[in-house]
Amino acid sequence: MRGPAVAIGLPFLLFCGLIAAGFLMPGWLRFITLIALAKGLVVLSLMLLMRAGLVSFGQGLYYGLGAYAAGLGVNLLKVTEALALLALGVAVAGAVAWVLGFLLTRYREIFFAMLSLAFSMILYGLLVKSSALGSTDGFNLPTPTFLGFAFAGTAARHALFVLTASVAFAAALLLHRYLGSTRGYLGEAIRENEIRVEYLGASVRGALHVKYVLSAALAGAGGALTAVATGHIDPDLAYWTTSGEFVFVAILSGTGSVAAPFLGSFVFEMIRTYAFAYSPNTWQMVVGATMLLVIIFMPGGLWSLFRRRPRLVTRS
Amino acid sequence: MSTPILETRNLDKAFGAVIAAAAVNVRVEAQEIVGVIGANGAGKTTFVNMVTGYLTPDAGTILYRGRDITALPPREITRLGICRSFQIPQLFPGLTVLDNVLVALGIASSRRLGFWRALRSPARIESAERLLADYGLSEFRDRMITVLPQGVRKLLDIAMTTVGRPAIVLLDEPTSGISVEEKFPIMTTILDALRATEATIMFIEHDMEIVERHAARVVAFYDGRVIADGPTREVLTNADVRQYVIGAELHRRR
Amino acid sequence: MLTLVAILVDGVIYSSWLFIVSAGLTLIFGVMKILNIAHGGLYALGAYTAVSAIGSYFAGGYPPLASYALLLLVAVVVGLVFGLLIERGVLRLMYGRDEIVIVLVTYGVFLIIEDAIKVIWGASPYYASQPYGLLGRVQISGLAFSVYDLGLIALASVTGALLWWGLNRTRNGKLLLAVIHDREISAAMGVDVRRVFTVTFVIGAMLGALGGAFTAPTTSVVPSIGVELIVLAFAVVVIGGLGSIEGAAIGALVVGISRASSVHLLPEAELFVIYGVMSLVLAFRPQGLFRRVVARKI
Repeated sequence: MRGPAVAIGLPFLLFCGLIAAGFLMPGWLRFITLIALAKGLVVLSLMLLMRAGLVSFGQGLYYGLGAYAAGLGVNLLKVTEALALLALGVAVAGAVAWVLGFLLTRYREIFFAMLSLAFSMILYGLLVKSSALGSTDGFNLPTPTFLGFAFAGTAARHALFVLTASVAFAAALLLHRYLGSTRGYLGEAIRENEIRVEYLGASVRGALHVKYVLSAALAGAGGALTAVATGHIDPDLAYWTTSGEFVFVAILSGTGSVAAPFLGSFVFEMIRTYAFAYSPNTWQMVVGATMLLVIIFMPGGLWSLFRRRPRLVTRS
Repeated sequence: MSTPILETRNLDKAFGAVIAAAAVNVRVEAQEIVGVIGANGAGKTTFVNMVTGYLTPDAGTILYRGRDITALPPREITRLGICRSFQIPQLFPGLTVLDNVLVALGIASSRRLGFWRALRSPARIESAERLLADYGLSEFRDRMITVLPQGVRKLLDIAMTTVGRPAIVLLDEPTSGISVEEKFPIMTTILDALRATEATIMFIEHDMEIVERHAARVVAFYDGRVIADGPTREVLTNADVRQYVIGAELHRRR
Repeated sequence: MLTLVAILVDGVIYSSWLFIVSAGLTLIFGVMKILNIAHGGLYALGAYTAVSAIGSYFAGGYPPLASYALLLLVAVVVGLVFGLLIERGVLRLMYGRDEIVIVLVTYGVFLIIEDAIKVIWGASPYYASQPYGLLGRVQISGLAFSVYDLGLIALASVTGALLWWGLNRTRNGKLLLAVIHDREISAAMGVDVRRVFTVTFVIGAMLGALGGAFTAPTTSVVPSIGVELIVLAFAVVVIGGLGSIEGAAIGALVVGISRASSVHLLPEAELFVIYGVMSLVLAFRPQGLFRRVVARKI
């Protein structure tokens, strides 16, 4: 165990460095980092489920819900405060997950993956066909205010970056704490042996339900931040390829640390950006090939590069 | 007569045409140590499964300290204080031995599970290490489950069963899959650790020498029915038991 | 009444197309336990290859009716070449890895195929409607239906019958069923599981390409056809029960009829209905309608 000073100090330094870097970065890099952080929240939400042995092929459902909730918050409810929009995205995603959780926690493995995919496709089908929400084109939303301040131009983009980085940092820290707690470890326990968990006196479905709602809330936050950051939303946020991409980034990242999803997300956005810049017609091919290479050569994900090999025997 | 700690009344259970339990009546008083014997398929594990809520009986009631617990799920029965071990150890194979015990302790220690306080608190690590020491497992503390020999897994399974200090412990073949030389010391370790917690113990066992040495009372099953129940010596010399249970065990040994 | 006829006929036509594609997907899942997203890519490859083949065939002035045989040939060749390439080149390295990881691998292959198609054929739509127009139309209860579309029903029936016969009446088919039932025991009994995997994957790939090839004449072939197809096929096989050919038939009918009803009665709900039905089925029958009772080893 490292000392508490390192455990808290190092991430905090990293966070300060990230914020400072945000002010120094060129605009395009800041935007990519911003999107990577927002999407990193969705990947983090998948990691939470994966630690409990569940893989969702429909996390786009909550990503899309968070984004549309924030978008409608601006356009319909006339909410302009970024934090309020974020809260709205989280609340809507969490509430829907709470309802669906009663059904989904009965499923495991491929059935869980497919059923979550089905639900995300239902949302996609609804969004595509609702002309009030712009059908396939979606709609735009204006720059929000931050804690009451209306920034414009570069200032607004900086504010957005600070907000997103702060949310990502807070979420990662809270989740780290949670994963180290008894309830957090319950995820691994359920993945490893549900019968034993029940026979120790804990409810498997209850625990999974909580994790599912938490995961949706994180993905909803990611969606709301993406909506606010890009100023545009469309049904593709909920399409199955979006969900599939998140699963890939989660595998790319590995489940070793709460920092991994953000790192993985950043690496993925960079690969995508460069692939798109240098070969606009074959960027998917580059992404697909990367996917295959990572899976073949790095079974533990990117994070395994930073970690010593798991030890069988330690400290005598 | 005082209320028994555990009582089953006319438990029936059938799997298709196979009768796994027929009018099973068993009363157990607090702090008894009861051996359960019977050939394979006689209904011993079904009995444990019904008492701990893994199976619901077709008919009959199960009372714990006079309270009806018949259709409760395993987690609630565990919370009430009835725990069981498994013939095939039910562990968390991807975790270390210490983490297995820590998770067990974490879940058992409080009704409302912590989502904020770390699982690996120094106090909890200390009690986990104490438990491992009680079962002679200290040297395996940081091993992964997948590299452990069967005997160690069985012991760990039983150690994890007892983390909540249950009032009743049901051991399903604690010595199966363990070599003849290891059986006796392992059983002694288990029962010493359990006696210290003043638990009521029922154990399923095929080895009559172990039964004779550790049980004060024996319940014998045959074809889903209890064919004998009483002091160990009486049951083991009972003609039916000699024919249907012990005879079968002798065949098994060869 | 007319609407009902339209729903039924349209629904069955749509189901036939879905069945051909889904049968391949479910066969691969049943034998190999792989949910193959690349199936969408094979479908698209079948469609594009068919478009090019039909184009040059009709430009060459060969007998028009033989173009149907050409479509079949395209399916066989595409399935054989790409099926072998994917199974031998990629999947073989992955056997034994987690189910979800293999799904992702097939997703990666799918992305590569998609872009390869864009590189070869470009992004603009293609048409190859000659075989479609060739057969004209017939009247059913006063509604006109294309004979080609009705021919799809026949094609699906023949495909289904051949699959059934192949699985239940031939030695190799029975070996396949044995592998579906219990892979380990089959391996222990001396079945060459790797070989069975290759053959299965190629047959599955041919079915995917077959669906694509015969769809090409009925629609504009665009790069997104694969993405849209694969989620539909997922719905079909999940409704029917993963790995069951009979299930794929029933699932295809359920999806086909629901979609046709929605198109005729409530067009806004088209996609919604398909996945709504899938969720409903899973809610009540978690293993799908055709549940294969699996003997669990404890």
